[in-house]
Amino acid sequence: MLEIRDLVCSYGKVMALKGVSLSVAKGQLVALIGANGAGKTTTLRAISGLLKPRSGQITFNGHDITQAPARKVLSLGIACCPEGRRVFPHLTVKENLEMGCYLRTNRVEITKDMDKIFEQFPRLAERRAQEAGTLSGGEQQMLAIGRALMSRPTLVLFDEPSLGLAPNLVERTFEIIKNIRDLGTTVLMVEQNALAALEMCDHAYLLESGSLALEGSGRQLLDDPHVREAYLGG
Amino acid sequence: MSRYAPIFWLVIFLTVPLWLKDQYFLHVLIITGIFIIAAMSLNLLLGFTGQLSLGHIAFFGIGAYASSLTSVGFDVELFGVVRVVHKPWPAVAGLIIGTALAGFCGFLIGKLSFKVRGAYFIIVTLSFAEVTRLVALNWVELTQGPMAINNVPPFTVGLPGLGYVALWNKAYYYYLVLFIAILAYILIARLVGSRIGRAMVALKENESLAVSIGIDVTRYLILGAVVSAALAGAAGSLYAHYVKIIDPDVFHFMYTVTMIIMVITGGKGTLAGPIVGGLIFGFLPVAVRSFASPEVQWMIYGVFMIIIVFVLPQGIVPAVTQWIESFRSRPPNDTGPALASLATSRKED
Repeated sequence: MLEIRDLVCSYGKVMALKGVSLSVAKGQLVALIGANGAGKTTTLRAISGLLKPRSGQITFNGHDITQAPARKVLSLGIACCPEGRRVFPHLTVKENLEMGCYLRTNRVEITKDMDKIFEQFPRLAERRAQEAGTLSGGEQQMLAIGRALMSRPTLVLFDEPSLGLAPNLVERTFEIIKNIRDLGTTVLMVEQNALAALEMCDHAYLLESGSLALEGSGRQLLDDPHVREAYLGG
Repeated sequence: MSRYAPIFWLVIFLTVPLWLKDQYFLHVLIITGIFIIAAMSLNLLLGFTGQLSLGHIAFFGIGAYASSLTSVGFDVELFGVVRVVHKPWPAVAGLIIGTALAGFCGFLIGKLSFKVRGAYFIIVTLSFAEVTRLVALNWVELTQGPMAINNVPPFTVGLPGLGYVALWNKAYYYYLVLFIAILAYILIARLVGSRIGRAMVALKENESLAVSIGIDVTRYLILGAVVSAALAGAAGSLYAHYVKIIDPDVFHFMYTVTMIIMVITGGKGTLAGPIVGGLIFGFLPVAVRSFASPEVQWMIYGVFMIIIVFVLPQGIVPAVTQWIESFRSRPPNDTGPALASLATSRKED
């Protein structure tokens, strides 16, 4: 579904990705793990069109999206749930969700999808007229996820979904992400919480300072001595 | 009460010439109204898209000059080759052309600078205003330079049964300004209330997030710049046909500062902000003129502005709205629960 070949990205002179190749198959939950600065977020930014790669190729369902602007990528069915559960604090919950389907025009379908989101996250339904900035951290995360789903994506990119959330909310968030996969949407997730990510994913990639160090099923990586040593605390 | 507030204010504004017999105050009110339109246009950019235009007076001045020249006529030789002669047109044509030309300049400026925006937009608008001032000053053949364009004709309105009436009368002119101001207000309100407006707010709050959900940021910024510049141009045209003389001083930087002060004190990003700020700073000069020289007046504005920014950093309108809301929600119990829920949300962060 998503195919990345020899992706090279840099911020000025600093090389963030030094030729990364990975692929995400339809219906899978793929995890991208690694330490700070390994290039995980950069990979997501390059996919979603927020960062122009130096070289390499990104294809999605046969479309070359290497240089595509974010709008194009989104309209092809890739939605992004950025790091730090970003919402628009001064727009209401409902407006935030509407922003998620900015490119869609069919009001009836939009309303239907929004009702689905509200059904899934009753807390958001209760607060639909409230400004998003007044929500709790967990609710904002739900809102960010809901907004990503509003564009009816076939692939959702999650950037550090567990970052800064209380432990019970982390678990809940992972449950939601698994649920999204089970309902047929492909997921590519960047996560520092390597143990949780590897336990829930179908396939995983390990990034180390801009290059791919290892790939395999979640189980394989969990059993790998290097991964155990460096990321799972021995 | 809030539902009737607009009607209340509309009645007040509509009846002003009936109870305000002092021609001088009416004059101040007209000038203030013109500047409120300009401030509203600036607010669209500054308050809703978050882009500061430090040369907003350029669009005002372009509107004023284009409108004056359209209605006065001109005769220029371009590069010593082509001779362009323009016969005077009615003032209304000037208003339309002034508005359109200012909007077009807004488009060019937006196109040039919104690829990078932020500080670059500020610099581009600032220098654009200076360039237009120098053109107005030095292209004497067209603009009369420092000699100014004199005898700018007034607007004429065709009234049934009365034929064409020239708006020399201050009360008529007041209604014209009020009419354009209401149009501008409705236009801006409709714009920011639509999905375009939400896109503008979204890109102000978090640009990269806005891009990632598919908003074409540059396009909406340019749209904002065009509407904003066109409204400023319309205000400039109203100004020119009211004072009947236009010289390069209309491009003075101080006017831009005045607009910004009006927007900031009133409350940027609110619809009523520029109106409140505009009324205050439109009438403040009248209040302090009797005891202060112009230089001291500017110092008083400065002090006043600093006080407002310190005491009401959001501006007057948001502060008053909050105050009214807290007043309303108080009676049954104090704000305890609201604060408690706020505290828990902090904890989860």
